[in-house]
This record gives sequence, structure tokens and C-alpha cells, in this order.
Amino acid sequence: MKTFMNLVLLAAISVSASAAEVKLLNVSYDPTREFYTEYNAAFAKYWQAKTGDSVNVSQSHGGSGKQAQAVINGLDADVVTLALAYDIDAIAQQSHLLPANWQTRLPNNSTPYTSTIVFLVRKGNPKGIKDWDDVVKKSVSVVVPNPKTSGGARWAYLAAYAYALEKNNHDDAAARTFITKLYKNVPVLDSGARGSTVTFAKNGIGDVLLAWENEAHLALKEFGADNFEIVTPSLSILAEPPVAVVDKNAKRHHTTEVANEYLKYLYSDAAQEIAAKNFYRPRNEAVAAKYAANFTQLKLVTLDSEFGSWANAQKTHFADGGVFDQIYQSQ
Amino acid sequence: MPTKLIRRKKIRVLPGFKLTLGFTLFYLGLIVLIPLAAVFWKTATLTWPEFWHTITMPTAMASYRLTFGASFCAALVNVVFGLVVAWVLVRYNFFGKKIVDALVDLPFALPTAVAGITLASLYSKNGWIGQLLEPLGIKAANTQLGIFIALTFIGLPFIVRTVQPILEDLDPELEEAASSLGANRWQVFWRVILPMLTPALLTGFALAFARALGEYGSVIFIAGNIPMKTQITPVLIMGELDMFDYAKATAIAVVMLVFSFVLLLTINVLQWWTNRYNTNNLA
Repeated sequence: MKTFMNLVLLAAISVSASAAEVKLLNVSYDPTREFYTEYNAAFAKYWQAKTGDSVNVSQSHGGSGKQAQAVINGLDADVVTLALAYDIDAIAQQSHLLPANWQTRLPNNSTPYTSTIVFLVRKGNPKGIKDWDDVVKKSVSVVVPNPKTSGGARWAYLAAYAYALEKNNHDDAAARTFITKLYKNVPVLDSGARGSTVTFAKNGIGDVLLAWENEAHLALKEFGADNFEIVTPSLSILAEPPVAVVDKNAKRHHTTEVANEYLKYLYSDAAQEIAAKNFYRPRNEAVAAKYAANFTQLKLVTLDSEFGSWANAQKTHFADGGVFDQIYQSQ
Repeated sequence: MPTKLIRRKKIRVLPGFKLTLGFTLFYLGLIVLIPLAAVFWKTATLTWPEFWHTITMPTAMASYRLTFGASFCAALVNVVFGLVVAWVLVRYNFFGKKIVDALVDLPFALPTAVAGITLASLYSKNGWIGQLLEPLGIKAANTQLGIFIALTFIGLPFIVRTVQPILEDLDPELEEAASSLGANRWQVFWRVILPMLTPALLTGFALAFARALGEYGSVIFIAGNIPMKTQITPVLIMGELDMFDYAKATAIAVVMLVFSFVLLLTINVLQWWTNRYNTNNLA
């Protein structure tokens, strides 16, 4: 009897030794909550089939800038999946937890899925908002978060600016007039994307919400498709929310291999389908074609072609005394 | 037994004065001074011109005016109406008094974000109060008025709770004596009651004012946060942090800190002065 018990014990020990449980922390921004919940389950299944180990991914969500600060201040993220490259650059520069060239390590600028900025309007589109020119009309009230505190808001600002540049033969002065008109129409600058969605949908403020495409679809689901509709402008920006392994944290946790695989698997067909179902535009063309009905075609310009780089855009537009500040100081 | 001991030996009521003083200084240093020093330390990474430029940005100047102005007005309004509430609670008995008394503390206990969301939805144009104000042409949500409302809400308990115990100790015989000597009601209030309440009112004002200066959670939802118009200083500081500009954020924080400290000091001096005035006149 005793030997039998010992055998059972031995078996139990050997089983637990061969199937380790791996823990990962993914620090992400606000609207990815639903997507990563679904993806983590899919990845856990894939990883278990491949290695026999079970993997448990925890998620942390918040404003992209705040999440980056948290990682700089010691939040033990194995991977970061943030709203813009500028925030991951900040982690690389300020804490040296990952190399400065992190964005070249994965395909497509380390961005497995993209998104863009669209309009959410009230049902029936009472103000007849079809494109950016309608958004800057005097009678229209616009809801958008503060670009100083929200990643999505920075993309929205740049989308509007890019439209004005394209329309006015890249005349910077005309684009500034345009963006000034736009922000004069904004009665509330919330600190994040979710805050603005609530202000628009629940508190009934504004005629149009400038939102992440996936956030707009989520708002339709949450607050009712009979109350709102999505309008896609003729031109918007290709928003690239990038992903990266935080090397030094992963190394310390001995999770480098699984963390790398976690991000690589985002490019697989299965993961691309999950992204598309959650209204992120997939990079994979076959998957994109399959879900074409989810995404209205429009002209998408990139940050690099219109503004050079994040550092550049940040300095010109969002830093203290930049174009955004000037909008409010010139009155 | 211990009281006997104290009387016989005539020792201090609190034993170990040096130990307690040492502990007080250590504790204050750990909890208050070290974090404050860190703020100054971080700010010191800026050069003087950079520091000056940051704290005098037009958006920053506008935010100081708004933050200090709205906090001051809210605290002032609370002094008047908080006194009335305290008066009613102390001098009258009515049905449900215990509940009203407990309600006063609610702004203390409520998480500020909950207060903010509640106020914002009440005063937005779809809200219960907002839809009544809308036809009158008054907009509360996303205006400076909204900020004032939120700050008044969170400041109320400070006045009531500092004035209440003083009012309870106030002997009604003093008032009776004053009126039997021919003082009218106004004179009784102005010459007898108010001077005795002034130190407590000042303390309450200082507490409410200081609390309002640092308030973030309840304000952001109702403020609108438009630079130059409805952006309070704490929101500006958060903006700097979100752009990874720690030094600039702490520079603006230092301005808040110094101003608040000077204001609190002034109020303490005023309080000391009114106390002395009272003792000289009443004793």
C-alpha cells in the first residue's frame, strides 16, 4: 500500500514537472480588452498543443501613455501591446528594458493588426456628416479625447490634419486653420477613448464622435445599433498599434521564448481572424478579403508619409507650445 | 490608578516627550517630507529658464486661475451654507436628523470618481438637473460652473464637521444674556456667536480649500477639460506625465505646492490672530 502511494506521488511530481505552467503579463491599452481575452484563450490552446505547457496570460488595460509609464516605473510586463509606437519608444528610451530598434523585430512595423479613425453619429445622421469637411462646420459639436493624454486621440488629430494636408496641396497653414476649426467645435476633451465614448453615447453630448474603428463598432454593440451609426470618411490615417517583447523583464521571468511566440502567433491565420472579428483590420490579405464586409474601403495614409515620425509629430503638434496648444491660446 | 500616579508624581500627562517628538518628526519625514522632497528633486532636473517657461505657459496660468478661483469660491460658499447646516443640526430636533447628519459625511466616503460620474450625468443636458437648467440657458456640465459644483460637493463636510462641535459647546445663556441686555438678533449673531465660531470656520475653510485644490476624480468628468477654459491644474499635470515629461509635471506641481502652503500658512496665522482677539475680548 505504501509503495503504491509513493508511486502515485512520484507520478504526480513527474507530471507537474513536465507540464509547467507559464505566466505572462500583457500590458495593453484600453479598447483591446475584448480582443486579447479571445486571443489569449486561442494562444493557450496552441501553446499547450505545441509544448505541453499551459500558459496563463494576464491582461492589464488603461490609457496607452499611462500603461507605458507603469512599465517604466516597474510594472513587470513580459509583452506590451500599445496604441502607438511613441509609447513603446518611451519605454525603450527611459528604462532600457528593450532595444531602441524594437520595431524592426517583427513584420509590418511590429503591427500585426491595424485600425483607423472613423465617425460615430446619432441614428439617421441628423447633421448629415459624411466627411471631415462636415465635422468642422460651425453648427457641429464634436467629441474626441485630449491628444495629450490619449493615444487614440493623437491618431484622430493626425487623421484630420492629414485630410486637410491632402485637400490643400500640403499647405500647412490651411491645415492649421482646419484643425483649429475642428477643436473649436469640441466641448469636452476626455482623457481617454472610453471616456469620450461614454460622454457621446451616454451623456448625449455632441453630434459626432471621432473614434477608433473597433471602438465605434463596440459602441454600436454596447449602446445599441438603433441609436448610432458609423460613418467612414473618404480619407483617414492607418493607425498602427504595435507590439513588443519587454526583453529584460521576460529574461528575468524566463519567458523569452513563450513571449516571442505569443507575439508571432498574432500573425497566424487563426489570430488574424480573431482580430478581424473584433474589428481590427488584419494584415493577412486572405483574412482581410474574408472579412471585407466588416471594413469600409477608404484611402489610408501613414504617419511616416505625412508627418515623418512620431518624434516629429509629437514635437510639432502635441508638445507644450505646439500646434495643439496654439489652437487654444490664439483666442 | 494611573490618575493617582500622575497627581502624586506631577509628571507630564503624556510620558516620554522626547520619544514622541522624535517619533513625530520621523513619521512626518517619512510620510510627508520625503515625497515632497522627491517632487523638488525631480523638478531640479530643469534649468531655471525651462522651469520658468513651464510654469508660466498660458495653459498653466489659466489652469492656476481656474483651480484656485473655483476652489476659493466653493470653500467660501460652503462656509456660509455649511454653517447653516451645522446650526440646524445642533440647535433643532426634527424627524430624520440622524440620517441628515450621516448624509453630510457622504462626500468624504464616496470615491471621487463615483461622485464625478454621478454629478456629470445629473448635470448633463439629459440628466435630471441638467434638463431643468437647459431651458434657463444655464449649462453646468463641461463648464466652469460644473467644476465649482463638484468642488462645493466635496468641501461641505469639512465646514460642517469643524463648526459642529464648537456650536454644541456654545452656551445658549450667552445669547440670552446678550438679548436681555438689549441686543437684537442680528447683533447677537454678529457680535456674540460669529466671533466665537470664526476660528472653526477658518479651519473648515482651509481644509475645504486645500482639498478642492488637489481634487481630480470628481472634477474631470464634469469639467470638459478644455485648455484655457475648463482645464484644472491636476489635469494639466496628468497631461505632462502622459507625454513622459516628468520634470515639467513636477514643476507645475511645485507651483501648486508652494501656493497651497502659503495659503494654509496665512490661514493659520489668521486663526491664531482671531483666537487671541477672542481671548482678549471675552476673558
